[in-house]
Amino acid sequence: MREVHVNQITEAVAKLSVETNLFLREDVCRRIAQCREEEDWPVAGEILGKIEDNIRIAREEFVPMCQDTGMACVFLEVGQDVHLTGGSLEDAVNEGVRKGYTEGYLRKAVVADPIRRGNTGDNTPAHIHTEIVPGDRVKVIVAPKGFGSENMSRIRMFPPSAGAEGVKDFIVRCVDEAGANPCPPVVVGVGIGGTFDRAALMAKQALLVPLEEPHPDEYYAAMEEELLERINELGIGPQGLGGRTTALAVKIKTFPTHMAGMPVAVNINCHVSRHGEVIL
Amino acid sequence: MTEKRLEYPFEKEKLKDLKAGDSVLITGTIYTARDEAHRRIVEMIRRGEELPFEIKDAIIYYAGPAPAKPGQVIGPVGPTTSYRMDPYAPVLLDLGLSGMIGKGPRSREVKDAVVRNGAVYFAAIGGAAALIARSVVSAETIAFEDLGAEAVRRLQVKDFPATVVIDPEGNDQYYLGRNEYLNKKRE
Ligand code: SF4
Repeated sequence: MREVHVNQITEAVAKLSVETNLFLREDVCRRIAQCREEEDWPVAGEILGKIEDNIRIAREEFVPMCQDTGMACVFLEVGQDVHLTGGSLEDAVNEGVRKGYTEGYLRKAVVADPIRRGNTGDNTPAHIHTEIVPGDRVKVIVAPKGFGSENMSRIRMFPPSAGAEGVKDFIVRCVDEAGANPCPPVVVGVGIGGTFDRAALMAKQALLVPLEEPHPDEYYAAMEEELLERINELGIGPQGLGGRTTALAVKIKTFPTHMAGMPVAVNINCHVSRHGEVIL
Repeated sequence: MTEKRLEYPFEKEKLKDLKAGDSVLITGTIYTARDEAHRRIVEMIRRGEELPFEIKDAIIYYAGPAPAKPGQVIGPVGPTTSYRMDPYAPVLLDLGLSGMIGKGPRSREVKDAVVRNGAVYFAAIGGAAALIARSVVSAETIAFEDLGAEAVRRLQVKDFPATVVIDPEGNDQYYLGRNEYLNKKRE
């Protein structure tokens, strides 16, 4: 048994909360630059240029790229040979969020009750998803999620007869109906299969995959490409003002499902597509 | 791209030559208000109470900034999605509100109220909050301090970059821009 003190997790969450909000990942930066070069509509090219300016300003001035620094989604992969010491794991994660969002001048967006509202003041609690995996390491992933894009996400329980075409049409329609709301260009996370909840979780986890990494199964890699092509023919464009670049990427995750069903979830992310990880 | 300038005070008269798709640099006093602030303001109007700022000729920016670091005027402050304010906007437009800055499409009711009152709906670049913050010269919380990021702030802005999405005639750039692009591609 390897011992890991939960304070290390607190520190990792705090550091990642700040870094992910200030510095955009290289793969996303590269993809935005590539889209700007390929953009065939002047207004769209200009907007992408301003988005790149914003990324640079945030980096130089040490400020968040977007004022919506999100609800902290924390994914933990805990090795089964790890013994966590020093207190509750959940408390440690939330302490990290509290510290990162307070000391890092990030916006506190979380309300204590979904209906009665009331800001918690420190962006806690985080949405935590923990998996037990082989090994003696702990992987901490922090993915701050803005709600302009989160609100445009959809889930649908298809009958198997809907087939690949039904699934693809649903995903494209989801982006189409979102229009300018989720700050396009977007990253589209898709979860297909599993159960109702599993599909939604996979859609969010699909957003953690590096943009340049295609699905390992050729069938779904081709589907990702086809979907990206179709979405970028919608004409929505950056910020919905017209153009080619509506999405930067489509990422799919799949899981076996029941013979009676075919759940499909679409989780939309904006161009401020944030996540970072630390391995302890 | 040529940019038009819009300077305080924002009387309706000045909005007349703004067309959907125009890039505009806004200078002067604007107010931030988002979800809960709108709910409260409309509630105050119903009760006939005095409002935190004069609605007539004002521009409201749908935004809630991140906290300012020491020495900063304001933290990053980009637009939030506008449709959530759709239930409240017509009331304010009918009281003389000149403009709204946000992102994303508006309801039929809001569009009708924009046209009826000769107002304008602008979009700012969603996610470009650090860039936009550079155009804010000063910021002061003037109401609902308990709401934190959602409090109403009076901002002095200089050359705040925005695009006209719905002009006083009711043209909608989300519709027009997309169609123009698609038609061009079909040629
Ligand atoms: S959708 Fe993304 S870019 Fe747009 S305001 Fe929300 S976090 Fe920022």
